[in-house]
Amino acid sequence: MYPSLFDYAGATSWPQAVQLLQEGGEEAKVLAGGQSLVPMMALRLATPALLIDVNGAGDGEPRRESGRLVVPALTRHATLQRSVVVRDACPILAEAASWIGNIRVRHRGTIGGSVAHADPAGELPCSLVALEGAVRVLGPSGERIIAASNFFQTYFTTALEPGEVVTAVEVPVIASGRGWAFLELIRRVGDFALVEAAALIDLDDAGQCARVRLTVGAVGERPVDLSDEAGAVLQNGSIDEASAAEVGRRASAAVDPPDAVHGSGAYRREMVAVYVRRALLAAAARAGRGGAA
Amino acid sequence: MTARSLVTLELNGERREAWVFPHQTLMEVLRDDLGFTEVKYGCGEGLCGTCAVLLNGESVNACLLFAIQADGCAVTTVKGLSEGADLHPLQRSFLDHGASQCGFCTPGMVVTAYEFVREHPRAGREEIRAALAGNLCRCTGYVKILDAVEAYVRSAEADGSP
Repeated sequence: MYPSLFDYAGATSWPQAVQLLQEGGEEAKVLAGGQSLVPMMALRLATPALLIDVNGAGDGEPRRESGRLVVPALTRHATLQRSVVVRDACPILAEAASWIGNIRVRHRGTIGGSVAHADPAGELPCSLVALEGAVRVLGPSGERIIAASNFFQTYFTTALEPGEVVTAVEVPVIASGRGWAFLELIRRVGDFALVEAAALIDLDDAGQCARVRLTVGAVGERPVDLSDEAGAVLQNGSIDEASAAEVGRRASAAVDPPDAVHGSGAYRREMVAVYVRRALLAAAARAGRGGAA
Repeated sequence: MTARSLVTLELNGERREAWVFPHQTLMEVLRDDLGFTEVKYGCGEGLCGTCAVLLNGESVNACLLFAIQADGCAVTTVKGLSEGADLHPLQRSFLDHGASQCGFCTPGMVVTAYEFVREHPRAGREEIRAALAGNLCRCTGYVKILDAVEAYVRSAEADGSP
């Protein structure tokens, strides 16, 4: 099917995008990569009266800023995958991006669009919560920075207020020694994930767990932060098959994924245990003793 | 009623213009207004890959890009890879390997494989398989498609001109 009629306005700066959004009101939608919005429009699940194309509002490449990696909103997933700066400062983001859709989707889709869309199965939202990242937004009353943990609220719903646009995403640079992993379960390449797990681990000088971050995605209304549950098991202990499996069991008990076409809720709950265990072991294997902590 | 805009494309190397409504996708304009029917309409959701074209050299879903967004861009369809009747070696390899059954997925397969081999000139079969995973062939003729792309990689390597 084809999208229904709409008016089109191109924004060449973020302030202009905000102004256009205010003028457009509730019937206006922001168009970035369009890899989620346009399919929804083709299916007539979305019928905005005005599209505000922000592709001309771009402001540069991912860059480091005082210990943080700042990723401009229009950064394409393919750039996240390839960028030397991203791979060096935050390799888990490059890895997560590689799981998104197909190459054509990754050429167009943007990090700003991904977080604003807030699909519970999105790879980048899950990663950003694990990373304790933040979302920079611009609105009628100026700029604010929203922690990822507060940004994603429920299905396709964020903390964005009317008239606000995402201008960038920022995450702490992953210090050398910090282990990371992003894994997901899919039935076919390009499918929406059935389960996602993102893990970050710091080891102390003795090789014991100094700090763990753990988030699972695609199994609830938004990314689920299970860092406290993981820390309760792993803190100051070793990360091995037994302890990782115990975190997996607790993670499994903490989520209640709905039935989906490609996997029942019960199956996905079981798979949470498996993917959490694997992600923790993979992250621990990458971590260096006396690392980032 | 929303007004039309004039969009200029460098389409397979030639300058082309079209008056488009904002809601018209690049796929629709290429097929219906400009007659480039080698760009196929498959799923309309970005999943199947048969409408793949190169936008400034990068593959995109023509069904998910509004034509107005492509204004001023270079667009290459599968036909743009050949020079008239002289097929591109990758196209020739598809032909030689019988890598096309009903042919509906073929334009997207060729465009996607062309871009991938350009970026990964020494790709092995498993890498090719992964690269084409986002293109669906409902005849399930994948084996011969992989054969064709793999043979093209080998021959381009042998020629030293990927």
